[in-house]
Amino acid sequence: MSQLSDLYQEMILDHNKSPRNFGTLPGANHQALGHNPLCGDQLTVYARVEDGVIREVSFIGKGCAISKASASLMTEALKGKSEGDAELLFTKFHDLLTGPPDVKADGKGLGKLAVFSGVREFPVRVKCATLAWHTLRQALAGSPTVASTEGGDPEAGG
Amino acid sequence: MSATTPATTKPGAAAGDIAAHRSDFPILSRQVHGKPLVYLDSANTTQKPEAVLERMDRYYRDENANIHRGTHLLSELATAAYEGAREKVRSFLNARSTREIVFVRGTTEAINLVASSYGQGFVKAGDEILITGMEHHSNIVPWQLLCQRTGAVLKVVPIDDRGELVLEEYERLLSERTKLVSLVHVSNALGTVNPVKRVIDLAHARNVPVLVDGAQSAPHLPVDVAALDCDFFAFSGHKIYGPTGAGALYAKEKWLEAMPPYQGGGDMIASVSFEKTTYNELPYKFEAGTSNIAGGVGLGAAVDYLRELGLDAVAAHEHDLLAYGTERLLEIPGLTLVGTAREKAGVLSFVMDEIHPHDIGTILDREGVAIRTGHHCAQPVMTRYGLPATARASLGLYNTRADLDALVAGLGRVRELFGR
Ligand SMILES: Cc1ncc(COP(=O)(O)O)c(C=O)c1O
Repeated sequence: MSQLSDLYQEMILDHNKSPRNFGTLPGANHQALGHNPLCGDQLTVYARVEDGVIREVSFIGKGCAISKASASLMTEALKGKSEGDAELLFTKFHDLLTGPPDVKADGKGLGKLAVFSGVREFPVRVKCATLAWHTLRQALAGSPTVASTEGGDPEAGG
Repeated sequence: MSATTPATTKPGAAAGDIAAHRSDFPILSRQVHGKPLVYLDSANTTQKPEAVLERMDRYYRDENANIHRGTHLLSELATAAYEGAREKVRSFLNARSTREIVFVRGTTEAINLVASSYGQGFVKAGDEILITGMEHHSNIVPWQLLCQRTGAVLKVVPIDDRGELVLEEYERLLSERTKLVSLVHVSNALGTVNPVKRVIDLAHARNVPVLVDGAQSAPHLPVDVAALDCDFFAFSGHKIYGPTGAGALYAKEKWLEAMPPYQGGGDMIASVSFEKTTYNELPYKFEAGTSNIAGGVGLGAAVDYLRELGLDAVAAHEHDLLAYGTERLLEIPGLTLVGTAREKAGVLSFVMDEIHPHDIGTILDREGVAIRTGHHCAQPVMTRYGLPATARASLGLYNTRADLDALVAGLGRVRELFGR
């Protein structure tokens, strides 16, 4: 049971229920649509970038608690960051999620994002937690294609 | 269930006794995350009884050899075991002859075989293939590929809000251009039991052959291909308590005779020269290369196991569970069942207010309850209901009311965690 509450921490449940920066972004100059076929989740991330700095970022879409809360907390964390710093943060975040489950996660430098440390005990949920981030990176890269956490259809069987 | 009649009326077990066979399945006594396993994912794949495990083990330990080609004892034993399994499958489906039973990897390969061979022989530009709005991807994509190859057109019979076929639309869509109707017998996403007999009769009135995807009917209902008069029937061994990688295609002999081979290779030929190759007799013309022999033998054991229990008794037991589960789930505030057809088998698909199926699946897993979440390889069904995904509990003969109580308790835990 401890593991379940590690995953679904208060802050995650709160951001799932009332996501921040939820909506389209007037004046956005980057956007991308992300899709996680495992959940059937889709979200769109919008960003307004000036001189290499993310001034504003928002998202819309449907998703599981982990993907929604992750998107919400990501938008909070990125406001005012340079694109380079955003990339560094993503790397740290990714390490947090995919580290070995038996090693206590070190959330240093991640601020509120450290709340996702429980995800490493649930490997199938890593993709939920990174969907918003992959989508954002797609948006910043300026590519008009759909970002996906998957190559193919992960659902086999029936 | 009205659409099928039992092949033979075997005594079988009484419905009440079926759950006693839970102990035939070794895996069901294991724990997951420190909790007793509650397995409610049988539509995905079923667990295997001791009888199947033992039979496959014995095959490899005592009988293993290649089939149809040895002069030695083991090859004879292996051939007898494999061909014996074919006879069991024939009898299970009530086919006329083992010439009509082609062993394949499973439902997907069976449908691909028909799309490829029947398609090559009988489908051309402008022709139509008719499927339904509740098909598994494996009964959609092979037809799309065929249509791309030939210029034929795929037509889809819509479903209504309960998840039943709109039969008037089906009749409207059947035409001189229709070259094949291919539909699911029991929907894996919704549980709907389709009136396949009716569908087949209407198609045959226009000389259109029908393929029945029996992946989810073979485990839950008695199937009689002679009574149904279907042209093709596909099922997977792993969904009827047998091994993965072994399944069967039933096809009327007249079609198998007329269709070109699916794959070329050993076993499917009578003689080969560089000038001319003649094909082997049925069903071997469609079985190129060394088959999944142990898998076929295991499938035969699974068929024996199911018939011993009696499909009628299994159906009655699962029907009771389905009614009980439906009632219990509807007690949960905010829960909506997806798929409320009047005739259903084996499947409870649902969504909960504002709680994503993926979260439901993770929380239930930690309670020991295994369900499936997602689109169930039926994305058009999800689109039809405007849902990204559902949570699905599906039943097997080993399930009990206690399993469904555990599901309901787990869903209580979900609501608690999400503060609803
Ligand atoms: C209705 C239906 N058709 C086809 C399939 C495909 O079966 P398989 O993956 O065993 O080939 C499944 C199961 O996955 C199914 O539920």
